[in-house]
Amino acid sequence: MENTNIDQSRRRFLTTAATVVGGVGAVAASVPFVSNMSPSAKTKAIGAPVEVDISNLEPGGRLIEKWQGKPVWILRRTKEMLKDISSLDSVVSDPKSDESAQPEYAKNQFRALKEEFLVVIGICTHLGCSPSFVLKGEGASISVDWKGGFFCPCHGSRFDLAGRVFKGVPAPRNLVIPPYKFISPTRLLIGDDSEAV
Amino acid sequence: MSGPIKILIGLRDWVDARFPLMRIWNEHLAKYYAPKNFNFWYFFGAFALLVLGIQVITGIWLTMNYKPSAEEAFASVEYIMRDTEWGWLIRYMHSTGASAFFIVIYLHMFRALLYGSYKKPRELLWLSGMALYLLLMGEAFFGYLLPWGQMSYWGAQVIISLFGALPIIGDELSLWIRGDFVVSDVTLNRFFSLHVIAFPLLILGLVGFHILALHEVGSNNPDGIEIKNNKDEKGVPLDGIPFHPYYTVKDLMGAAVFLIFFFAVVFFAPEMKVPGTQGLFLESANFIQANPLQTPEHIAPVWYFTPFYAILRAVPSQLGGVIAMGLAVNLFLLLPWLDRSPVRSSRYRGRNYRVALTLFVISFLSLGWLGLQVVTPLYTWLARFFSVVYFSFFLLMPFYTAYDKDKAVPDRVTD
Repeated sequence: MENTNIDQSRRRFLTTAATVVGGVGAVAASVPFVSNMSPSAKTKAIGAPVEVDISNLEPGGRLIEKWQGKPVWILRRTKEMLKDISSLDSVVSDPKSDESAQPEYAKNQFRALKEEFLVVIGICTHLGCSPSFVLKGEGASISVDWKGGFFCPCHGSRFDLAGRVFKGVPAPRNLVIPPYKFISPTRLLIGDDSEAV
Repeated sequence: MSGPIKILIGLRDWVDARFPLMRIWNEHLAKYYAPKNFNFWYFFGAFALLVLGIQVITGIWLTMNYKPSAEEAFASVEYIMRDTEWGWLIRYMHSTGASAFFIVIYLHMFRALLYGSYKKPRELLWLSGMALYLLLMGEAFFGYLLPWGQMSYWGAQVIISLFGALPIIGDELSLWIRGDFVVSDVTLNRFFSLHVIAFPLLILGLVGFHILALHEVGSNNPDGIEIKNNKDEKGVPLDGIPFHPYYTVKDLMGAAVFLIFFFAVVFFAPEMKVPGTQGLFLESANFIQANPLQTPEHIAPVWYFTPFYAILRAVPSQLGGVIAMGLAVNLFLLLPWLDRSPVRSSRYRGRNYRVALTLFVISFLSLGWLGLQVVTPLYTWLARFFSVVYFSFFLLMPFYTAYDKDKAVPDRVTD
């Protein structure tokens, strides 16, 4: 090629400028495509609070409700269960729930508004499986001194009856407590804690 | 020459004047010289192409009847199985094809480890192959959600949560992948799109790249010798034979045998219910519709992911497990640079590499088995042991290959 009459530095400048402007344009063009995959307005709108009737819940029994597509467990704990929870402070990794997610009113020994009722999101904090509820006396395969709690079938994480994670298992934090309140002694509202006592 | 043949030749010449038909034919088949000593291990590249073809064709037909919505997906798969003509065959070919793809690819990768096919000048060939392997994992993962069974659902939940374990960006990233706060109809719909359009396009494109890269540098062989170093006066490698007809015919023969095994599984054991498993190719929990409130009692990924799943479970830390798992998959990418030995084929390599490769294969298979089992303390410790061996194969490679007692490599191929 005969380059004698071509202003190379001018050509280089134009090529660089075009590349930069084109590159910025390409990045800008990717924004709608990337954003399109985020939750839509409709998806965000679903997630209204769920009202639950707990009048038929026996002591020691558990209800499973769906809130925001996730399982929420309501466990009615007996006196013995509460005593067992207290005895586990030394073997759970975050006994005071300092590193875990819960509303301020559930950041206490039993992680609950009323110590009798545990309301917790039934999703393992490790990789999102839903742990199984294993009663005292049924957990021989989990550990010899199993005092009742939750066992994740996916990767073997264990939680006590306050949703606190045991030491030495893959789950990093206690189970998440959702916002909730009692609208009457036998009715719960999950997902809304405004004016909670 | 008879009339019809004349017409065909005329047609060929007409096309050839307008499109590089004969040039492509010669460069990639009739005058592509492959080493004459290919053995059993060299079937698997061709088999991978065959399975890719099966997956594309059966996939197109499945898409005709499948409904990508949380409401209808599970029922539409049963509809395909029971109510459409031959739907069971097409669906079982596709599900068996997924497992067959991984069997073939793992053996194809093992061949590269056995004969040093990733070494200079084939690094880019190896990297493109690894990229294909990663895309295949993605494709299989997206596809496994589509039947919307219990394993589909919880498998997707766990794997998306892996991204959620990353610091800072984790939560936003997993939300973006799902498009919802949990795995839902939204997630299913986008996985369908990725499974039937995006990833197949990427895979087909990259297969083209992989084959072009192979034909540029030429095939390795069981002796690991560069056949281009010994050419006759016409520039044809002395140890090479034209791919067509020699290897096209050989691969067709191999394909026939492969298809006998493939269809034996399709017809007689599509779930591959080996005792002690929930079904290796189709897990029994996946015959139950997805239930977001209840994880199945025994959950394990499909067999081709279990070695990495065992490594994930072996690490007693969330982020650590995810990082170890990611490393276990991606360390293969570094092989061309970790290996310091000048010799390619394990036939002429010293004891260090041969022992290391044997231990690696044992660990990979053991981890695969452990990943299918329910967690017990013994299995956890075994998984930790084999994970250490697995990582040592890669991380110690620069040392044990540098001090290996390699043998003399012959100038010409041996058989």
